[in-house]
Amino acid sequence: MARTISYREAINEALTQEMERDSSVIVMGEDNAGGAGGSGEQDAWGGVLGVTKGLYHKFPGRVLDTPISESAFIGAAIGAATRGQRPVAELMFIDFMGVCFDQIFNQAAKFRYMFGGKAVTPVVIRTMYGAGLNAAAQHSQSLYPLFTHIPGLKVVLPSNAYEAKGLMTQAVRDDDPVIFCEHKALYDTTADVPEDSYTIPFGEANVVRDGEDVTIVALGRMVHVAEEAAGELATSGISADVLDLRTTSPLDDETILESVASTGRLVVVDESNPRCNVATDVSALVAREAFSSLRAPIEMVTAPHTPVPFSDALEPLYIPDAQRVVNAVKTVMGGQNA
Amino acid sequence: MTDTLPTPVPGGLDAQRLREAYRTMRTIRAFEERLHEEFASGDIPGFVHLYAGEEASATGVCMHLDDRDSIASTHRGHGHCIAKGVDVKAMMAEIYGRRTGACQGKGGSMHIADLSKGMLGANGIVGGGPPLICGTALASKQQNTGGVGVAFFGDGASNQGTTLESLNLASVWGLPAIFVAENNGFAEATASAWSVAADNIADRAAGFGIPGVIVDGFDFFAVHEAAGEAIERARGGGGPTLIEVKFTRYYGHFEGDQQSYRLDEVKQARETVDCLKAFRSRVTGTGLLDEAGLESIDGEVFALIDAAVAEAKQAPRPTRSDLETDVYVSY
Ligand SMILES: Cc1ncc(C[n+]2csc(CCOP(=O)(O)OP(=O)(O)O)c2C)c(N)n1
Repeated sequence: MARTISYREAINEALTQEMERDSSVIVMGEDNAGGAGGSGEQDAWGGVLGVTKGLYHKFPGRVLDTPISESAFIGAAIGAATRGQRPVAELMFIDFMGVCFDQIFNQAAKFRYMFGGKAVTPVVIRTMYGAGLNAAAQHSQSLYPLFTHIPGLKVVLPSNAYEAKGLMTQAVRDDDPVIFCEHKALYDTTADVPEDSYTIPFGEANVVRDGEDVTIVALGRMVHVAEEAAGELATSGISADVLDLRTTSPLDDETILESVASTGRLVVVDESNPRCNVATDVSALVAREAFSSLRAPIEMVTAPHTPVPFSDALEPLYIPDAQRVVNAVKTVMGGQNA
Repeated sequence: MTDTLPTPVPGGLDAQRLREAYRTMRTIRAFEERLHEEFASGDIPGFVHLYAGEEASATGVCMHLDDRDSIASTHRGHGHCIAKGVDVKAMMAEIYGRRTGACQGKGGSMHIADLSKGMLGANGIVGGGPPLICGTALASKQQNTGGVGVAFFGDGASNQGTTLESLNLASVWGLPAIFVAENNGFAEATASAWSVAADNIADRAAGFGIPGVIVDGFDFFAVHEAAGEAIERARGGGGPTLIEVKFTRYYGHFEGDQQSYRLDEVKQARETVDCLKAFRSRVTGTGLLDEAGLESIDGEVFALIDAAVAEAKQAPRPTRSDLETDVYVSY
């Protein structure tokens, strides 16, 4: 039975069901319960935005608060994963990866290969990314391209509540290190989500809208921006195929190439900074593998090459919006907007 | 005991300096209490972390500093900014995201800075400041300016690797650096009694071979005295000190925090140990300042904050042409 729940609740439900199913699943992070050592409520926060709320009382001893020591506890999650636990560790804001990146990219990511295929490190690192809350330069970045660059990491960006539950369930069951990127502006968005547990496989893009004239590839929150643009384009007779990548590593090359083969035009929408990001990666793939199908140069809609500005007058100009996607599509359509 | 003479204030502060100290603490308090109200009205974008209750720390330390000296702050940075002389109106405009703000609206509450004043910025990264202060202290040492660097950080940040590495580096290099651990009892919803494995943060100083001092953070004079000793030692080449300042923050971790993790500790602190009240009774009791003089400072401060808010609300916002400027010095 499906009912409407939020992105936040969907992640919480996936964690709950996986913790019920598998006793090796543990959860850790700063204030993932909240209230440790204080005079008031335990489980006071359930994470800074409430995603892990309630797990502390349901699973005694399996929700661990941590000191503010990301290198130590992210590393501990990784170490525990090598010895039979399935930790889901929260890095809070993706911007804090700077503090503990070594444990992620030199340790977790490399064990499998470096140790000759013998290591299994089933850790999930949950982290929030993205602009839109005026959280300024150190709490708003979209740094998933950095993780995508590293062989050995799987990188997941759920675009709505349904996706979030299925992808989180898959992440916990997956035997590789997974970076699970939650857009903080999506937590209160809702979708129909089945009560029963289900998985969404990694590396399979979702065709969220069928179209013939142009392929719009998007990920995370940008899927909503792309859909909004596609809706608007439809009114001027342009039909867009909209793909939600779901995971940037593994990347579903096939679905992207098939779509471009039929539309001949590509626009990629990516909230991250424009150099060496997912948009450039997908564009390079298409330029290399589907050059002959392209009827126009590829367009990329991204954030500018700047840190995220604080002011509420600047942040909306920074984040890609539907109007920019519409303009990009009109450019690749060569002005033939019906 | 009733016939004991009031204790004179320590630190050799004359009436003029005492008025300055009071004005700084009052300005911080008024700034934060006003932000608390303005935030609730929905006018202020983003995250705001208030420093109310902790005024004696920034003030007691920064009164010893001048333009040679640098400080690094935290996400809870307004008090440090004010105590280091950052313009209050420019701060307020920054928090409102205006072009006239200290950072032209690009930084916001968590990133207010004024490098001309040696204020290296509030900081969104817990533990981001201490390494930077090793660097500013190194620069002072290389250039023989006699300057010092002060890193303010919280009890939560005291568990961050960057902080512990910085304490060691400063000790090994003999840097003129002062590490001020502001222990307000909580890091977000987590009590320092739980997250700090030692009894006191200051106890950790021994592990780095430097002096560690604990002071009552509600007592301006205690902070002022401890900071004075540490700063004098650092200026004279005696190396770093770790000072742990203990107190309570008066508001939630950020504005909007329901604070179910603590009981009514704040009410009690406000009533019994508040730094402004304690300061007032100490200085009036010794006859150094009178109530009327302090009240006229209050009036000036409230007028300044009113003007800062009014001007910030009227100030122009940055525009599209500001979006891509200042990423680099040269392109
Ligand atoms: C590296 C990093 N980890 C986590 C956070 C999220 N965070 C912001 S403030 C804070 C608590 C800091 O506590 P403390 O250092 O005691 O300072 P206080 O808030 O009490 O002034 C946390 C966990 C962060 N900003 N940066």
